Amino acid sequence: MNLLLDNLPALLIAVPLLGAFLVPVIGRFLPKIRDAWIILVSFLASLAAVITAAAVFLKGTLVYVFGAAAVSSAADSGGIPFRIIFTIDGFGAFMLLSAAIVSFAVVLYLVASQKERSGKSEFYALYLLLTAGIFGMVSTGDLFNFFVFLEINTLAGAALVSYHRKGGIAVEGAIKYLIVNTVGGLMVLFSIGLLYAQYNSLNMAFLASQMTWTTLNIVALVLFITALGMKAGAVPFHFATPDAYSVAPSGITAVMVVASQAGLYGLFRVLFTLYGGSINTVTIGWVIIILGILSMVIGVTMALPQKDIKRLLAYHAVSQTGYMLLGVGVAFAVLGDPAATAAFGQTAMEGGLFHIINHALYKGLLFLAVGAVIYRTGVWSLNKLGGLGHNMKWTMVFFLIGALAIAGIPPFNGFASKLMIYESVFAFNPALSIIAMVVSILTLASFMKVFHSVFMGPRLPEYENVKEVPKLMIAGMIILTIFVIGFGLVPDLVVDSIVSPAAAALLNQGSYITAVLGGGL
Amino acid sequence: MIGDLITGYGFWNPLIWIIVMATGLLFAWLIWRCGESGYDKGTEQTKPYLSGNDEPPKSDVHIRGGNMYWGFTHALKGYYDKLIPLHSGVVNDYLTWFVIGVIVIFVVVMVI
Repeated sequence: MNLLLDNLPALLIAVPLLGAFLVPVIGRFLPKIRDAWIILVSFLASLAAVITAAAVFLKGTLVYVFGAAAVSSAADSGGIPFRIIFTIDGFGAFMLLSAAIVSFAVVLYLVASQKERSGKSEFYALYLLLTAGIFGMVSTGDLFNFFVFLEINTLAGAALVSYHRKGGIAVEGAIKYLIVNTVGGLMVLFSIGLLYAQYNSLNMAFLASQMTWTTLNIVALVLFITALGMKAGAVPFHFATPDAYSVAPSGITAVMVVASQAGLYGLFRVLFTLYGGSINTVTIGWVIIILGILSMVIGVTMALPQKDIKRLLAYHAVSQTGYMLLGVGVAFAVLGDPAATAAFGQTAMEGGLFHIINHALYKGLLFLAVGAVIYRTGVWSLNKLGGLGHNMKWTMVFFLIGALAIAGIPPFNGFASKLMIYESVFAFNPALSIIAMVVSILTLASFMKVFHSVFMGPRLPEYENVKEVPKLMIAGMIILTIFVIGFGLVPDLVVDSIVSPAAAALLNQGSYITAVLGGGL
Repeated sequence: MIGDLITGYGFWNPLIWIIVMATGLLFAWLIWRCGESGYDKGTEQTKPYLSGNDEPPKSDVHIRGGNMYWGFTHALKGYYDKLIPLHSGVVNDYLTWFVIGVIVIFVVVMVI
């Protein structure tokens, strides 16, 4: 048992990878237990993530060295640590938790929604690879390793986007997503190369301890911001996001939101941990804030006129990313001012991070609910849907809860994180806070339109015989609903137990460095 | 107090909010209880009155998604006329925006 607990960070990757490689074998020889296998593997991977996160929140940053008992360096290297090192601090643990909840809920949903589809073994193998990619990105303390997991994330995500829709439109969306994110991935690799050429190391803690404000480092930083911003779907790098989200299987889109947030994780990790106070935080902070404002405004205004229900949701995903960038951007802009950080910067950071997990939960729920509608009707167009509340009551309730949460209506989780963002950002710059509130009103307006046009109105003749979706799909939505409501009812507990440690981990660059390198460097 | 989320300027407590909402709903229910309940379901009393005209088919009276907010998009026509074509669906355009973003951010960071 201790052996398992001691090697939890390795299991985060090993379990989904092993599960993925065995899915096609099981699918070939024991097809009847394939669904049970995928649920079991996903459960174990999520369990490993939850236990790892709990260990981090209770005991502090977890440093795991692959192939050795402790961090070590060659005698003549100047203290450069070698081997792949996983460094899971409060922020990594927070992201693991988010990914674990959503990925398990979605597996339950997929097992039912993909029941009649072909090629399920490969589909689930890709799904587990995507999970491994996300877990790896938020756990590793090695930059090249981060790039590898980023590529696994992108490749598996693109393949899943294209998997199950006829007519070539899904393939087109997937190829756009793949090309754009591969270019972004190469820019990340180029940035890593620039740092490696200067410091002879790929370890984030070591690089952070050596980081200075040089032109090469500025080039690397700008490429990190743009490439990881593109992965996260921030405007003006967001274009492929709605193209891919709108055509992917709905369960997959829910996980793609978390996959994009792993890009956001990378961006915040680079800013706070890798560069930290060594750069002009005010300018960079404002760059992040402007990306956030652009994402919020353009995302929501593009969502409003959409007729395709999934494309509308995809633009809202872009818009919600803006809130996270805004909150964390404000925190970064005042990073060099301890008084401002204490007064509102930390709350802005906590609001931004809280919104990450909230968004993963309610947007995941919304995509699953919309997927349920499409599963039963086969219709994407808001101009053709209507009156489904009569026949799909559970789905309607889940959608309504997700819609109220994303619009920031109390007492759901979206309200708590948005309120933290509004109030803290108001102290920094009132205009930014007002823009955020206006965007929230437009979000509510947009979801009123969706809710009315899909679920309200008289029972339409073409949907007379539509039934509620299978129980496993309902189960997946229930899991997310519980968290959406729960996080809204006890936001103080959530903030104190998982959000504040995540914010503290980002704000305290020294603790990350010390956890890996000790006090020796 | 249990449930207090400190937000910077003040606090948010969902439990207080729920109690207030429940009280409001209770009053609403009490007022509703005072209303007239002596009507017959499924008769002419509960059918929509359309100035004596026949009720059109259900599929014709449902307000579809495309019917909503046209005024909003019409009022912002200039904005949308510029914004929507930017989302061209062409990967070359997407990557051009990436390059533009890199250049703009690099210049901003170097100059300021």
